Amino acid sequence: MILNPAKRELLAAELLEAEGLSPEGRSLTKDAMRRLCRNKAAVVSIVVLALLILAAFIGPYLIPHNYEDPDWAAFRAPPSWEDGHYFGTDPNGRDLLARVLYGTRVSLAVAFVATLVSVVIGVLYGAISGYFGGRLDSIMMRFVDIMYALPYILFVILLMVIFGRNVYLLFAAIGALEWLTMARIVRGQTLSLKNREFIEAARASGQKPLKIITKHIIPNLVGPVVIFAALTVPEIIATESFLSYLGFGVQEPLTSLGTLIAEGTDAMESMPWLLVFPAIFLVSLLLSLLFIGDGLRDAFDPKDR
Amino acid sequence: MLSYAFRRLLSTIPVLWIAVTACFFVLRLAPGGPFDGERSLPPAILQNLAAHYNLDKPLIQQYFYYVSDLLKGDLGPSFTSEDFNVAQQIMVGLPYTFTLGMTAFVLAIVIGVAVGCLGALYQNKMPDYVLGAMILVGVVFPNFLIAPILQLVFGIQLAWLPVGGWGDGSLKFLVLPVVVMALPHAGRISRITRGSMIEVMNQNFIRTAKAKGIGPRLTVMRHALKPAMMPVVSYLGPAASYLLTGSLVVESIFGLPGIGRYFINAALNRDYGMVLGTVIFYMVLIVFLNLIVDIAYAWLDPKVRNR
Repeated sequence: MILNPAKRELLAAELLEAEGLSPEGRSLTKDAMRRLCRNKAAVVSIVVLALLILAAFIGPYLIPHNYEDPDWAAFRAPPSWEDGHYFGTDPNGRDLLARVLYGTRVSLAVAFVATLVSVVIGVLYGAISGYFGGRLDSIMMRFVDIMYALPYILFVILLMVIFGRNVYLLFAAIGALEWLTMARIVRGQTLSLKNREFIEAARASGQKPLKIITKHIIPNLVGPVVIFAALTVPEIIATESFLSYLGFGVQEPLTSLGTLIAEGTDAMESMPWLLVFPAIFLVSLLLSLLFIGDGLRDAFDPKDR
Repeated sequence: MLSYAFRRLLSTIPVLWIAVTACFFVLRLAPGGPFDGERSLPPAILQNLAAHYNLDKPLIQQYFYYVSDLLKGDLGPSFTSEDFNVAQQIMVGLPYTFTLGMTAFVLAIVIGVAVGCLGALYQNKMPDYVLGAMILVGVVFPNFLIAPILQLVFGIQLAWLPVGGWGDGSLKFLVLPVVVMALPHAGRISRITRGSMIEVMNQNFIRTAKAKGIGPRLTVMRHALKPAMMPVVSYLGPAASYLLTGSLVVESIFGLPGIGRYFINAALNRDYGMVLGTVIFYMVLIVFLNLIVDIAYAWLDPKVRNR
């Protein structure tokens, strides 16, 4: 069958497209992004997460009430459109919508900062341990094993008991205890990276080990670190809510989703909206983060496909 | 095998020592103490209290007192309860926590392994989707959210089960707390089982078994299950520790008189003696559970034993 050249070209391009190839090479990241975009759950989750973040950071300016001032005219008011308490009010007359948005903001902030702390510690620790190897490596990894064996939430509670319910401490305490798995992953990656030619070249040109780690090894770890960090975020949010639920979280009038759920649980029979709305926010937050993390992992990790 | 177990046992000693030391110093270096309440006590009484609990001695001496008491099994006094020391309070709570935790642990393993196997054998069919949904519910709904929902539905609306409390310890009081504790782990275990089962089912020895004409049930039970269990066993150590933190919430929500509730109350009341004692007790428990898991793992996998 003889086709005219233009049509043949088109057909060839279509064939290549169908096999996931294209005339111009695609980078690994682009490829992964394509796969991510094809993952419906992940795309929907990204939209939901974006909406939640927008709502948490811009929403409070658009609603008529503020999260800490009681509305003397509406105590324990059920959700209604008339008086502007779209989610109702709590026993102190504070607007639940404002509080939920504020709580979401606190939860997101805790998750962000704690993930950052855990990434920084985990990456440095893992890279140093993996790069230097030998005795240092076995001591550092033994320490990680020990930490693994301990129930870390007890440590967080211990720290919160001692230093009071400070929001910043909460960030640091959770982050400082979530880095263990990150350190292990980074160490494994570093071990396979450190024998590659470009590291050898850097060493041959006389660079100091710390510079090699920061300039050559860490930039090559971005993929796995991002994926794992994305999977850490929902865990941290759940941990923060857990601590807040037990009463070790942020202090009044500040609030977080866990605190709100704890308050809602106490009144779930008479004022179910106090439980329902924070629960919806927490669950959709966790769900979307989970799907995004899983989607990222599937997109970047060819083994799991 | 025995020498492996012995080596593993020895290696728990430094772990426990570091844990105890870290907890002790973190708590003692903390600002504030159990006696700064709302009304300030006269200095003489404070001095007596400090002397009574050895708080006036140098820190290092207090540490040695504490450790030597610990080796004798004495977890020290509680700072808020005069009638019971820490060990006695833990002994009071232990049976409840133990019953609850063990039941949940066994239930989570049984459900998780069964559902995981079904999911692997019927990949992308009905049981697999049920599994997916279960995992999601377990991961996304934290236990402090599931518990009140179950209480509301089964305790209040349907009135099938008691909302909380231990009652006479009969089964119906256990159902809700155990389900809440077991559900997330059943989900995680089933996910791990599913993954490793799929991997094992693709291996040559399974093909051989199939080629010999062994039925699917026997293939799974006799050949696939044991190798597929290894990742599950290695998850059980962390699972025990998660179960324990889960019991903190579950005991508070359902009003059960276990150790978790003592711990939370002690932490909120800044009863340092009790907090320290409970944390150490928990850690010993977890370290030993991990030890058992490691030994079980070595039993399953000869490669680990000889390392």
